[in-house]
Amino acid sequence: MTQQQAGETPGFGPDLVEVFGPSQQDGGPELVQLLTPEGERVHHPEFDLDFSEDQLRGFYRDMVLTRRIDTEATALQRHGELGIWAQLLGQEAAQIGAGRALRPQDYVFPTYREHGVAYCRGVNPLDLLGLFRGVDQGSWDPSENNFGLYTIVIGAQTLHATGYAMGMQRDGVVGTGDPDRDAAVIAHFGDGASSQGDVNESFIFAASYNAPVVFFCQNNQWAISEPIERQTRIPLYQRALGFGFPGVRVDGNDVLATYAVTQAALQRAREGQGPTFVEAYTYRMGAHTTTDDPTRYRLSDDLERWKLKDPIARVEVYLRRNGLADDDFFEAVQQEANDLGHTLREGCKALPDPQPLSIFDHVFTEMTEELEQQREGFDAYLASFEGAHR
Amino acid sequence: MSKITLAKGLNMGLRKAMEDDPKVLLMGEDVGKLGGVFRITDGLQKDFGEDRVIDSPLAESGIVGTAVGLALRGYRPVVEIQFDGFVYPAYDQIVCQVAKMTFRSQGKIKMPMVIRIPFGGGIGAVEHHSESPEAQFAHTPGLKVVACSNPVDGYWMIQQAIACDDPVIFLEPKRQYHADKAELDESATPAPLFTSRVVRGGTDVTVLAYGPTVKTALSAAEAAAGEGKSIEVIDLRTLSPLDMAPVYDSVRRTGRVVVTHEAHVNLGMGAELAARITENCFYSLEAPVLRVGAFDTPYPPSRIEEDYLPDLDRVLDAVDRSLEF
Repeated sequence: MTQQQAGETPGFGPDLVEVFGPSQQDGGPELVQLLTPEGERVHHPEFDLDFSEDQLRGFYRDMVLTRRIDTEATALQRHGELGIWAQLLGQEAAQIGAGRALRPQDYVFPTYREHGVAYCRGVNPLDLLGLFRGVDQGSWDPSENNFGLYTIVIGAQTLHATGYAMGMQRDGVVGTGDPDRDAAVIAHFGDGASSQGDVNESFIFAASYNAPVVFFCQNNQWAISEPIERQTRIPLYQRALGFGFPGVRVDGNDVLATYAVTQAALQRAREGQGPTFVEAYTYRMGAHTTTDDPTRYRLSDDLERWKLKDPIARVEVYLRRNGLADDDFFEAVQQEANDLGHTLREGCKALPDPQPLSIFDHVFTEMTEELEQQREGFDAYLASFEGAHR
Repeated sequence: MSKITLAKGLNMGLRKAMEDDPKVLLMGEDVGKLGGVFRITDGLQKDFGEDRVIDSPLAESGIVGTAVGLALRGYRPVVEIQFDGFVYPAYDQIVCQVAKMTFRSQGKIKMPMVIRIPFGGGIGAVEHHSESPEAQFAHTPGLKVVACSNPVDGYWMIQQAIACDDPVIFLEPKRQYHADKAELDESATPAPLFTSRVVRGGTDVTVLAYGPTVKTALSAAEAAAGEGKSIEVIDLRTLSPLDMAPVYDSVRRTGRVVVTHEAHVNLGMGAELAARITENCFYSLEAPVLRVGAFDTPYPPSRIEEDYLPDLDRVLDAVDRSLEF
């Protein structure tokens, strides 16, 4: 019989606080990484991939353009052109890595911060601005790019993703061995969402039905003002095992590793091997949204430490050091970003306000008699004003 | 023609809908092998397979939330909430997602989903098994809410709800599942889904009812007839949208209205009906619209539930008060 150690609870193993906590700020030993913050290419026994020069330059371009969409939108909010903006600064690699790992037939269920993934799917960034300007609630057609509408209730979309994946199973587009046919779903959410009942229920449904869905969690360490320690006492990726499927923690600021891990997880799903949890370990460099003030709840030390792990800088270092891109390339990308910024600026200001009577459209597939009557009444009321605008 | 119960009517209707459209799926707790705790889905998994009649984990939000995804993929999910009081874990998905998808997407997304809920009391159950949450859903824009009251309507209305491209909350009076039988003529043409129906003509007082109280109202009308009072009974059938034309027509003839439902009176369907009738039939009214429903208390222990629920006597009491006004 062994003697009980001081401070150890009998029979329950080690204190979980030792597994998780401030000492793990580098992501811990399980972190999958292919490109270090210093721009050094490293290898991983399971998730290594060969990347073409075009792919590497493409990742760089994607991330620079995504950052520009984000900074431009933030500026537009400051100028009063957007009501609010949910910033993704610092999460470009997580989103581009995940977004580029998708095939056209895959389907994405985003939160409201997946601007980089939207860009990868071909959604016009101006359409994203419409929602935050308040002229619509998401104007893109989800079926056009297999990219769902932004979901604002935290975690609700993970269940939609799981159901959609169950539909794919029934449509016979999983595990056929045909790479152009086999499809998977990716559900995006954050560390805060991992506490939601819907997210946990989606894990259970996905595991129970072996649904082809990748749960892609961008752990950006903060849910508005609440640190990750408020959501979990173990690394999030370790939760997956309790639900009966694998979990992986990847350096979410490393676009190569995020791409490699997501691609493997999607492939697993497409082949009919079921769900995977991917924890993209990253950091929310900006505020939760433009209405938030992070100086009230977090230290700038953290921010400084994460600045050294910038997702774009490390790719630039790698490209330059290995002679894969020259000044002309970087200048051209910069010019493209400036042009995109200009287009967004002008386009955003030109977005028309919806007409008041449009409120009644699309509550149902066909307007009910009740709503027609309300619409008529409102129309007559508006018309009673001089110079009525309807 | 055969005589069937409400449970059988619903079962036959579900079977017909599944035969007619391969995209129709059933999902819920115990709906497969067991055939549902009320046996509404009896035999369907055996005939349509586990991919189309899906036993789900015990998580109502999960059931409705995954059904949203299935609908997005082109399916027409019919989910069963086992008991009325268990719908609340799914309330967020129903109110924030199911109800708003079409509006949010400016019509690009359709949400053809049916959420079946056995509702109402009278079966001697424990807490949470006898509730009437219809007003909470009728209050939510984007949802359609209907309640069947008899076997024939059960057969037709469930098929019509499944064929509807909008989400439908489908309320089934559980007390009636295995009670009264009715003749079903499968070759008949049913009335449109979102319509009310006069189920007994009368001249003195109009009684509005739906779901389980239709039977109560009809019994009351029968009893009143013996005393020389002529009660017209309308089975509302649809709670959102409301089909008010037959109601206004009736009220303009009788001038007196009693609304009865098992739900609480406060802010219930009766309140909305009273408001609309007052607005539209003000000069025809001989008495205020009276409401007979449950008291504004939580559902009581089942030994006293019949005191809590509106019954024949309480409906007749209201009829008398209306006539005496």
